[in-house]
Amino acid sequence: MIPRQLVIGTAVMLTIALGMAIYVRRLGKRAAVQELPAYSQPVAPPASGPTEQITLYVAYDDPGMLRAQGAKIPLPAGRQERAEELMRALLAIYLDKSSPHPLGAGSEVRSVYLVDPGLAVIDTNAAFADSHRSGVLVEELTVASLVETLSANIPGINRVKILVDGKSRDTLAGHADLTGFFDVSQMNQVVGQMQP
Amino acid sequence: MRWSKRLWFSIFALLLVSAFLLYSAPTEKKITVYSNAANYSLPVSEHGGQDYVGLFELLEPLGSVSAKSDGSKWKLHYNNADGEFQNGKKKIRINGRDMNLPGNFVLEAGRGQVPLSSVSTLLPLLLGGPVTFHENSRRLFIGEVAVHFTAQVNNGAAPALVMNFTSPVNPSISTEPGKLRMTFTHEPLVPPGSQTLTFDSKVIPSAKYSEDNGAAQIEIDGTVPLFASFSNDGRTITVSAVAAAMPQVPTVQRAAPPANLPSAGAAGAAAAAGPRRYFAVVDAAHGGNERGAALTDQIAEKDVTLAFARRLRMELEARGLATLLVRDGDTAMTLDQRANLTNSTHPGIYICVHATSQGTGVHLYTAMVPAVGQARGPFLDWDTAQSTFLTNSQSAESVLAAEFSRRQIAVKAMAAPLRPLNNIIAPAVAIEVAPSSAGVSSLLLPDYQQLIGATVATALAGSRDKLEAAR
Repeated sequence: MIPRQLVIGTAVMLTIALGMAIYVRRLGKRAAVQELPAYSQPVAPPASGPTEQITLYVAYDDPGMLRAQGAKIPLPAGRQERAEELMRALLAIYLDKSSPHPLGAGSEVRSVYLVDPGLAVIDTNAAFADSHRSGVLVEELTVASLVETLSANIPGINRVKILVDGKSRDTLAGHADLTGFFDVSQMNQVVGQMQP
Repeated sequence: MRWSKRLWFSIFALLLVSAFLLYSAPTEKKITVYSNAANYSLPVSEHGGQDYVGLFELLEPLGSVSAKSDGSKWKLHYNNADGEFQNGKKKIRINGRDMNLPGNFVLEAGRGQVPLSSVSTLLPLLLGGPVTFHENSRRLFIGEVAVHFTAQVNNGAAPALVMNFTSPVNPSISTEPGKLRMTFTHEPLVPPGSQTLTFDSKVIPSAKYSEDNGAAQIEIDGTVPLFASFSNDGRTITVSAVAAAMPQVPTVQRAAPPANLPSAGAAGAAAAAGPRRYFAVVDAAHGGNERGAALTDQIAEKDVTLAFARRLRMELEARGLATLLVRDGDTAMTLDQRANLTNSTHPGIYICVHATSQGTGVHLYTAMVPAVGQARGPFLDWDTAQSTFLTNSQSAESVLAAEFSRRQIAVKAMAAPLRPLNNIIAPAVAIEVAPSSAGVSSLLLPDYQQLIGATVATALAGSRDKLEAAR
C-alpha cells in the first residue's frame, strides 16, 4: 500500500510536468524570437615580444584577388606562436566592419601546428567554416590568403593543411576542397593568376 | 493495491501526453504564390484560430507596393489600387469601396495581416485580375500560369510511365520501396481530371496527385524500385524500373574511382539509350538536398546551375556537339558519382557549372592537382587522375577566356581546389557564372544564360578538332 501523501505528491508533480510541456509547446509555436547564436569575440592572450614588420596577404572580393599589406605586430619568439599570431592578425582584418572579404562572426584560428618540416596545419573553429560564404572564388580567396600569409612570414613552409574544429572537412563552404594539402608553390601561381 | 494501479496508470498516461506535446512540433505553415512575375512562398501565422498572411509581403514581388501605419490604421497602396484597414476590425475599404473580411484585420509591428480565406476575394480587387486559390493546400495562382500534365504507361519490354508537362518542371524526387515521390514546390502544377491515376501495368499500377502546405506532389506506385529521368528540357519525366534505366557503365581502364553508380539523373536514361559518343559532358553542380550557395533568399545555386547547364547543352547541340548532362533534374549526386559517370563516357571535354552572387562575369577554373599521387599498374591515382589532361584543360580554359574577353564579358581564369575536376580523365574546366551588371536576378534571365551558353559553345566548337584529337 502506497501512502496517500506520496500518491498526491506524485500526481501534483506530474501535473506540473504536463503544464510545463504545454507551456514549452506554446513557446515553440510562437517562435517569434529567434535565438541568436552565442557569440563572443575570440579572446587571445596578448602576444608578447618585439614588434615586427610582417606581410599579410589580404583577400579583396571586389577585384577577386589578394593584396600584400604590411603590418607591425608584436610576435613571440616561438615559431608556432608566431604562426598563430599571424593568423589572428589576418582574421582581425576580415572580422572588421570594413573588411574587403568579410568572414562570419566568431571565426577564429584555434591553433597552428608546425608538425613536420615544411608542413603547417591550421586548425580553425567551426564558426569559421559554418559561417563562411559559399562560392568557388570566395572560398579560394580565404584559403589562398591563409596559405600565402603563413608561408610568406614563416620560412620553410611548403605545404598547408586546413582543419575545422580539429577535424578534416570535405569543403570550406561547399566548394574549396579541404581534404588534401595545399602546395605553397601551386598557391603562389594561383595568386598570380588572380591578378588582373 | 488499487491506489498503486491507478498511480502507475496516471504516470503512464501523463508521460505519454507530455511526450506527444513536446515532440509533435507543428510543421511551419506556408502559402505558395505562382505568378508570371515570380513564384514564392510566405509564412502563414495563426490568429484566433484562423490562418493569416502578410498582405504587403504577398503583393511585394508582384508590383510597386507601399504601406503606412498610423496608430491602429494601416494604409496600403499597390500600383493604382488603395486599401484602408484597421487593427481588430473586419471592415476594410478597397478603392473607396467598403467590404468585410471573414476575420479581423491584424496589425503587428507595422505588418498588416489578413485572413487567408479572404485572399481570393481581396486580391482580385487589388491586382485587377482573377486569381485561383487552393485554400486547403495554400496554393495561389495569379493569372494564366498553371502547368498541366498527362501521364501514360508505355508497356514495352521495359514498361515506363511517361509524364508530359506543359512547361519545364524541376521537382525534388525521393524514393522508398514501392514508391517514387515527386514534390513540386516552385511549379504551378495543377491536378489532372482525376487525382488518382490507374494504369494497365503490373510494374507501375497507379499514381496519385495531392497538394499540401504550398506544394504539389505526385506519388507513383511501383512493384519494383523506380527511377526518374528528365528529357525534353524538363518537360518530360520518364519513370521506369531501376534495372531497365540504370546505365551499363563500361569499365574504366585508366582510373580507379570509387565504384558508386549515379542513382538518378538524366544521364542514366541517356546512357541506357545506347553507345552515343558525347563530345561534352556538362555537370550542373549541387542538386537535391545539396543546394549550393544561397544566391538570394529565394535563389539557390543548384537551380541556377541547372538552368545554365541546360542552356549550354542547347547551344552545344545547336553546333552539332553531342552533349550529356550529368543531372537534368533536382537530383543529388556525389562528386565521385559525377566523375565516375563522366569518365565512363570519355568525353572531349567536361564542363562543371557553378554560380555565384559575388562579382560580375565569369570565373574559369582548372584543377589544382595535388603534387603527390602515384599510378599503380593500370590504375591512376583517383586524386590526381586529371594530371595527364591538365595541359589540355588549361588550353580549353584559355580558349574560353579569350572568347569571353572578345565578347567583353569580365573573365578570370585560374586553378582551384575544386572537386571533381582532379578526378576527371578528360580536359576539365569549371565555370562559375557571376551576375551581369544588372545584378543577381540576371542569373535567371534567359538572355544572360543564352549569352554565357553561346560564348562557351562557340569557343568549344572552335577547338573541337583539338579536343577530339586529345581523346
